[in-house]
Amino acid sequence: MAATPLPRLEDAPAWRIRWVGYLTILRREWGRIIRIWGQTLVPPAVTAALYFIIFGSLIGRRIGEMDGFDYIQYIAPGLIMMSVITNSFGNVVSSFFGAKFGKHVEELLVAPLPNWLIVCGYVSGGLIRGLIVGLVVTAVALFFTHLPVAHPFIVIASVVLTSIVFSLGGFFNAIFAKNFEQISWFPTFVLTPLTYLGGVFYSVSLLPAWAEKLSHLNPILYMVNAFRYGFLGASDVDVGIAFAITVAAAVVMFAVVVTLMNRGTGIRE
Amino acid sequence: MQALSIRGLAKTYSNGVQALSGIDLEVPEGEFFALLGPNGAGKTTAIGIITSLVTKSAGSVAVFGHDIDRELERAKSCIGLVPQEINFNMFEKVFTIVVNQAGFYGIPRRAAVERAEECLRQLQLWEKRDAIARTLSGGMKRRLMIARALVHRPRLLILDEPTAGVDIEIRRSMWVFLREINARGTTIILTTHYLEEAENLCRQVAIIDRGRIIENDRMSNVVRKLNQETFVLNLRDAASAPPDLPGYAARLLDDHTLEVDVSKDQGLNDIFARLSAQRVEVLSMRNKVNRLEELFMRLVEAPAPVRAGVA
Ligand SMILES: Nc1ncnc2c1ncn2[C@@H]1O[C@H](COP(=O)(O)OP(=O)(O)O)[C@@H](O)[C@H]1O
Ligand SMILES: [Mg+2]
Repeated sequence: MAATPLPRLEDAPAWRIRWVGYLTILRREWGRIIRIWGQTLVPPAVTAALYFIIFGSLIGRRIGEMDGFDYIQYIAPGLIMMSVITNSFGNVVSSFFGAKFGKHVEELLVAPLPNWLIVCGYVSGGLIRGLIVGLVVTAVALFFTHLPVAHPFIVIASVVLTSIVFSLGGFFNAIFAKNFEQISWFPTFVLTPLTYLGGVFYSVSLLPAWAEKLSHLNPILYMVNAFRYGFLGASDVDVGIAFAITVAAAVVMFAVVVTLMNRGTGIRE
Repeated sequence: MQALSIRGLAKTYSNGVQALSGIDLEVPEGEFFALLGPNGAGKTTAIGIITSLVTKSAGSVAVFGHDIDRELERAKSCIGLVPQEINFNMFEKVFTIVVNQAGFYGIPRRAAVERAEECLRQLQLWEKRDAIARTLSGGMKRRLMIARALVHRPRLLILDEPTAGVDIEIRRSMWVFLREINARGTTIILTTHYLEEAENLCRQVAIIDRGRIIENDRMSNVVRKLNQETFVLNLRDAASAPPDLPGYAARLLDDHTLEVDVSKDQGLNDIFARLSAQRVEVLSMRNKVNRLEELFMRLVEAPAPVRAGVA
């Protein structure tokens, strides 16, 4: 009965389908970042400018030096990293939870794409948002201070790895979230405190011994310090250990998230 | 080649509801197949398992020979799904939705753009290509889901209640369109709770109720079964062979019990006249329950479909 033989999509090589599928997810995430730029790109720039004005210019002058650098210079890498963390996390958690909530996640679930690829697509979206916001905040920082770059490779590697870790964190949160409240719980009660206590605003060497020890349990401390080391060449922690921790976190989180997806947690009845 | 082959498919949801209790289904390539049943019968659950939106509890599913446990990606490549509920991103543009779906199926950008245009034109949505999906009317939203399902040229198109809540004119034009697609070689499975829809479109029908397939036959046979009643007659004297009743299917259940199928446009007088002539005396008569008819009484009682969304 068939008049013309239908082309067989199913015979196309899996790698090609996956590659095109990945690019499409990425394109869609990019479109989302641009479409709602007022929510994705503007707020971090405004927040960063406020931090630099208040902590850098107003209070910072009275603080003087930290680890031998101007206070404003000292906090700049931390503030950049903080916005990278929040925005990578926020991008993935709201995009993937939004897809669950609006049911359009089904567009991906019915498509011939493996779950790990879907995770990679969303994480790449988070990475892109993280990096763009990082650049925007860096640009803002340059209005207020001068930023040397001691080790460019470390700057890039640490920001990329950190962004990946927190994009995966956002994915993890979105898998379990059942409503919008549950996607703001983690950033408010875990992410923000850990970031503020993660050496963005101070060197942990200034803390009492017990607090300094406790700070070393905070993974964000390592990421912020590795990043700062890339700019200023100064760090509270061993940069090698910082990278090991960040890479390990990324690998473990990726495995956990893909396993949850394969089990259908939060996405399939 | 079977477009779809289902064996012993069962689903119990985490809340304990058993939505499917072991169904078998074969849909040959090229078929226009209806899965007909009342609300809550398990239609959407079955479609969900086939398209991997729902996990199965037991059984197997193969799409064009690709088992979903072993060759899931290939199986998925063969299917286009029009879900029961709207599931596109309301904030995206019509064109973007369709092009991206082609991309998710691995169709490179340039071809995806061409196919998206083709599908949107076919479904009279081309003028709306730059509209935000949220602004479409109900009928257009349904058509957008059909365009999206066709963009990768699936060999099997599955539509879950595609015309629920759509007004009669749009429903009829959708029927015309689906017939065309089917005639060009796409296998179609649609679920519906309108007998009329299944009757108009489909050659083969499986009737599902409370998670079981209770009938799976050519549409014409089902319609015939629906239009006939069976009467059970108690006879005074033992009979050794069914009496001669031309035009009626009659069987002896035992020597005192005669069963006669009567279609709704035939009368009963003729039966009694013939039986009297053959000196067969009827003591009593009862109407045998017609399972199908019973089911359709419930379909009729189901709440009337919402008439909403004019194009
Ligand atoms: N996600 C779910 N969780 C629990 N029960 C469900 C879920 N989805 C459907 N059901 C139940 O499964 C049965 C079959 O539902 P469904 O497959 O949607 O039927 P239909 O599509 O034929 O109307 C119903 O009793 C329904 O309440
Ligand atoms: Mg349904």
